[in-house]
Amino acid sequence: MSPPHVTSLPRPPTAGEKAVDVTFRHGTFAVGLGVLGLLALIVVEIGGVAAPALREQGLQFLHGETWDANQQVYGIRPQIWGTLYSSTIALVVGGVLGIAVALFISQGFLPRKLELLLKTVIELLAAIPSVVYGLWGIFFVLPALRPVTEAIHDAFGDFALFSPRSAGPNLLGGSLVLAIMILPTVTAVSRDAFAAVPGKVREAAFGLGATRWECIFGVVLPTASSGVFGALVLAFGRALGETMALAMLLGNRNEFSWSLFAPSNTLASLIANTFPEATGTERNALMCAAIVLLLITLAVNVLGTLILARTNRRLRGLA
Amino acid sequence: MSFRKSALSTFVASTLVASAMLPSGCGPSQDSAEVSLSGSGASFPSPLYTTWFGEYRKAHPTVRIDYTSKGSSGGIKDVMEGVVDFGASDAAMTDAELEEVARLRGRGVRMLPMTAGAVVIVYNLAGVSGLRIPRETLASIYLGEITRWDDPRLVAANPDIALPDLAITEVHRADGSGTTYAFTNHLASISDAWANGPGVTTSPNWPAEGGIGAKKNDGVAAMVKQTPGAIGYVELSFANQSGLPTALLQNRAGKFVPAAIPNIQAALAGTELPANLRLFLPDPAGADSYPIVTYTWLLAYESYPAAKLAALQEVLKWCLTDGQRFSERLGYAPLPDAVASRVIEVVGSLHAE
Repeated sequence: MSPPHVTSLPRPPTAGEKAVDVTFRHGTFAVGLGVLGLLALIVVEIGGVAAPALREQGLQFLHGETWDANQQVYGIRPQIWGTLYSSTIALVVGGVLGIAVALFISQGFLPRKLELLLKTVIELLAAIPSVVYGLWGIFFVLPALRPVTEAIHDAFGDFALFSPRSAGPNLLGGSLVLAIMILPTVTAVSRDAFAAVPGKVREAAFGLGATRWECIFGVVLPTASSGVFGALVLAFGRALGETMALAMLLGNRNEFSWSLFAPSNTLASLIANTFPEATGTERNALMCAAIVLLLITLAVNVLGTLILARTNRRLRGLA
Repeated sequence: MSFRKSALSTFVASTLVASAMLPSGCGPSQDSAEVSLSGSGASFPSPLYTTWFGEYRKAHPTVRIDYTSKGSSGGIKDVMEGVVDFGASDAAMTDAELEEVARLRGRGVRMLPMTAGAVVIVYNLAGVSGLRIPRETLASIYLGEITRWDDPRLVAANPDIALPDLAITEVHRADGSGTTYAFTNHLASISDAWANGPGVTTSPNWPAEGGIGAKKNDGVAAMVKQTPGAIGYVELSFANQSGLPTALLQNRAGKFVPAAIPNIQAALAGTELPANLRLFLPDPAGADSYPIVTYTWLLAYESYPAAKLAALQEVLKWCLTDGQRFSERLGYAPLPDAVASRVIEVVGSLHAE
């Protein structure tokens, strides 16, 4: 039997321990700065190539509607619009669906094992490559959607929203596939937020006589709202940057349109499709488009963080 | 003792001499050094090139050729930057580009026609085959002036076909493409409105409203196949693969011809290549000529290091002679003999650095 081991002695740290501490702190600091530096480097590199096009095209670049390498006229309003439009539709559809699924698999509607199984299956959706989603869209979603869109067009074709009688790829089809692509993000993150709501809070609600619905909508959703909002911001970011599936499903049409049934295009698809064969000024213009996409994504994230901070403060104030 | 020593030393010496002479004396070791060539460019001939280089390596295991299909502009860019041994392009190279290469790389480029292909019109109309599209009508469809399949101009050209009351969905390449170049080159030569509008280019600003862009030849084929009422243009072999019907087009002589190899060969026959071997056939003459055909070029430097030169010349000569028999099966037209022999002459004129 050995004497009890003394693990901590009240003594000042040795020089070695101090050195490790300092190195670690500086190391993490350097890595942190490195990430910022990397972002700066990307912006500077792309910006350097983009600058000539921006000088030449001026503001026209943002609101012009023509992309024509032969006339060297580049305008990306249709692509900006297509990016935001498709991502917004995807966020609304995917968001509602994703939050509903997250509630369903976290609020005791199902046996625990089934909940876990469903959670895993939905997270698996995130592992499907986007080109597979694109193929699925071309061979299943678009043909399946066609009778619906044609019926809607025949009934309400006078509205600009439903105006061309689309037979092929269109904004709605692409956006619906996109909604399914962002579903795992929404579901996984909001499920975690719902699961993090303390059991006591729910029990208290039940104790006050709340029904399950009242508990979900009055207690769980508001308590987890910042997490859910975070999920939506993440998902929107993912939708904005999605390239391959939309390049296959939107129709790559550089045309501004309000219609859900018109072919459209996104910034990411434009870059992916055009860049490999682009030369000279078109290359510069594509880099400009990349910067615009970067700025949009950045703006969404910053805005998201700000709103999140605000809601958090308000929630705390209420509590 | 001294005898033995001298005998030993003689033996050693003679062995050394013999082994020193062996490599040069007994041939194969010099040739068996592997020669590796790399090329990149046009996707239009890439199925044929890949077959060629694979077959050639079977017969000549020491020559390895890697071809990356990345598009004509990509091939030209790589040749300019000198990162490949050869490039490939469906739009050949412009004079400005040729000068640029000579300035950047210090050696010129020769454009070598390797095969010829056709751009065909595919469509998706249930139960309709053998559709005929007159010249002006083709341009009008892509200009967006004809928007329905039962347009009187199409009906008049197809009296035996019941054309449906259906919107035409125009499908084109979303990426820049040599196939598009050949197609717009033809459109511009049959329609002034096209020549003065979108023009001849690898990526025009497509005027037809509601037109759809798809990526690569197979993307266009898939999109046409999935969209009732769609019309698109692809390289012949992709039409064959997808099983889509192809339209009969009206040639300069006014005759409707199918996109078949004999009709492509008819278009090539009787054309005279200029000294630089760059010839576009936007609207070939001849009663049986298919109207949208194009040569596709391999871009070789004028000079190479000796080992690479010998290998490349051998490969190219093989492609232009024995290799031509693979063309037809893959949907390309074998070069006319006169053209092939002129190209072989130019291959022979490539020289060592």
